[in-house]
Amino acid sequence: MDNQKNVMVFIESRNSKVAEVSLELLSAASRLAQELGSSVEAVALGHNLEEELKALGHYGCQRVYYTDDERLSHFTSVPYAKTITRIIKQYKPGVVLFGATTMGRDVAPRVASALKCGLTADCTDLQIGEHKIKEITYENTLLQIRPAFGGNIVATIVSPESVPSMATVREGVMKMNLPDPDKTVEIIQEPCVIDEDDFLTEILDIVREEKQVNLKAAQIIVSAGMGASDPETIGLAKELAKVLGGELGCSRPVVDSGILDKEHQVGQTGITVRPNLYIACGISGQIQHRAGMSEAKRIIAINKDPQAPIFALAHYGIVGDVKDVLGKMIKAYKTKA
Amino acid sequence: MGLRIIVTVKQVPDTHNVSGDAMKDDGTVNRAVLPTIFNPEDLNALEEALKIKEIAGGTVTCISMGPPNAVEVLKECLYRGADDVILVSDRRFAGADTLATSYALKCAIEKVGEYDLILCGRQAIDGDTAQVGPQIAEKLDINQLTCISKVVAVEDRSITVKRSVEDGYEIVKSRFPALLTITATANEPRPANAKQVMTYKNIGKEMCSSSYDESYIASDACAILNHVKEWNVEAIAADPEQCGLSGSPTKVKKIQSVVLAACESRQVANSDAGVADLIHELIEENIIG
Ligand SMILES: Cc1cc2nc3c(=O)[nH]c(=O)nc-3n(C[C@H](O)[C@H](O)[C@H](O)COP(=O)(O)OP(=O)(O)OC[C@H]3O[C@@H](n4cnc5c(N)ncnc54)[C@H](O)[C@@H]3O)c2cc1C
Ligand SMILES: Nc1ncnc2c1ncn2[C@@H]1O[C@H](COP(=O)(O)O)[C@@H](O)[C@H]1O
Repeated sequence: MDNQKNVMVFIESRNSKVAEVSLELLSAASRLAQELGSSVEAVALGHNLEEELKALGHYGCQRVYYTDDERLSHFTSVPYAKTITRIIKQYKPGVVLFGATTMGRDVAPRVASALKCGLTADCTDLQIGEHKIKEITYENTLLQIRPAFGGNIVATIVSPESVPSMATVREGVMKMNLPDPDKTVEIIQEPCVIDEDDFLTEILDIVREEKQVNLKAAQIIVSAGMGASDPETIGLAKELAKVLGGELGCSRPVVDSGILDKEHQVGQTGITVRPNLYIACGISGQIQHRAGMSEAKRIIAINKDPQAPIFALAHYGIVGDVKDVLGKMIKAYKTKA
Repeated sequence: MGLRIIVTVKQVPDTHNVSGDAMKDDGTVNRAVLPTIFNPEDLNALEEALKIKEIAGGTVTCISMGPPNAVEVLKECLYRGADDVILVSDRRFAGADTLATSYALKCAIEKVGEYDLILCGRQAIDGDTAQVGPQIAEKLDINQLTCISKVVAVEDRSITVKRSVEDGYEIVKSRFPALLTITATANEPRPANAKQVMTYKNIGKEMCSSSYDESYIASDACAILNHVKEWNVEAIAADPEQCGLSGSPTKVKKIQSVVLAACESRQVANSDAGVADLIHELIEENIIG
């Protein structure tokens, strides 16, 4: 088989557990590999991960190149970048995907730079297609799709002249396949050939902090945008979230202006959510925001501007002042029969 | 001897405040109507460099790659206390993706010569890619520490920082040289210093007055350009093939303006009854409890 077409996923592990985003990417890779008629591979680094890695098969991964070394049990840039670069050079995949996490965004650019190939950040969709440059037509090219420029446009990026095509994708963007326990993965042990001199970062402390909000798991999200960012309205949004048993989300400018913490932010550069109900309060509905919530089962939009793009996406639209409407909703819910 | 610190700064379109006329009818971006600003996290990188210099002594050199107009952000660096500023500018750098950008910046940094620390913003708001910093580090073959939310300590030949990660944070230490990418939470950037602004204006005037006429002396540009080194492809000994469009493997295949897929949507009356009906319906359908 032409391994130049294989799709490889970087397996991120934190605290000896495979990150969810890696499983999502394996699911996306399976879809791409099917179209390419190729296989899904993975590159994993760490220590004592064999048991964890077995589950990769359930998500469609056929082979994982695994480098086991105690010094790799926690992420540091140079050893990880060198190892991944070496595996890519040796096995020559056509596509390599990374989670757009702090780890993925740290290591992927280094790898792309070492391989002199293209890398597209924060893709919201990946497809296979062709691309022409002058007389040459490149078949089976990775189309890397992402919003750009204030959300008014969606750009399709390609890098057919450099192999592999590389992209990062945020957690939650790609749908995870249902695991198939009958599918297995071949674990191929790779030697660790990193010099002691390359371990340049000394880890003094690792502190895990419980998340205050868990937007990803929330079934109901009440989300505040700039039209709901005054303290009183935010308070009402919070209250509605509480009475409904949901969480408080927000748009990016609300985070940028220091009103809410980043862990509340929904969207392309925030968290991607798929709740049963999403209530967008004073949110205009720019594409970067929609990228994070368009797959909610039900969407209610409250906005004083009847032309706001969010209404095109909403199942229920309420035109009006958000403070006023939130007040009515809380009252209606509290007095429900 | 103090530390030699390099800061990379970028002038970016203010994508956080995109207005309606930012898009042309043909679906392309009308850059002309977008105001340009100092990339916010680069101000945090500069602030951190100035703070380190205050503690450890040394020099702060700011580098920006961009069109001649990018001199504006370098001026801002001087006003805040940078010692040296360099504009990497040449038509042949145009159209660069992150790979070509990091290549040009790496060549410029090599021309500067010796350095202990390179500070970048974590990401630039025009694309939010966060790639240029790590790619410079790779090309210089030095260590990197990304997503720094705090500098904990600067020791003799090393630095200790706090890195924010998904499930908490880590405290890590690296020897020099190292490249750091700084986030907005690391510090509160200082404003331009009025005295500094005056100093540069005045020095500039003296230098200009010998060779330019009075009307030009008044120009701010004249004052500042004496302090800005401008380097082109040859000056930084870059391979033109690896610069700009020709050095950029990523190509934009297609740009589409966004068409919203209309979904079946219902207008709910903004009245007590309308809202109460909606809440009822959601309860009936088990969407809410
Ligand atoms: C690279 C990049 C990444 C981005 N990532 C994200 C992201 O992850 N998440 C995100 O959300 N954004 C993101 N953005 C920003 C995004 O483009 C928009 O700027 C942002 O979503 C707008 O937020 P907003 O709708 O809250 O504010 P605005 O666009 O200012 O909209 C406010 C809305 O509130 C309405 N309103 C005002 N007052 C009232 C009132 N009293 N009652 C009712 N309605 C009212 C207005 O009609 C308006 O529609 C990103 C941008 C870029 C360039
Ligand atoms: N043209 C440029 N000139 C100087 N610095 C840059 C340039 N492009 C990117 N950078 C630096 O790299 C960081 C990350 O940029 P980006 O990869 O575009 O998100 C920025 O915050 C800057 O510090």
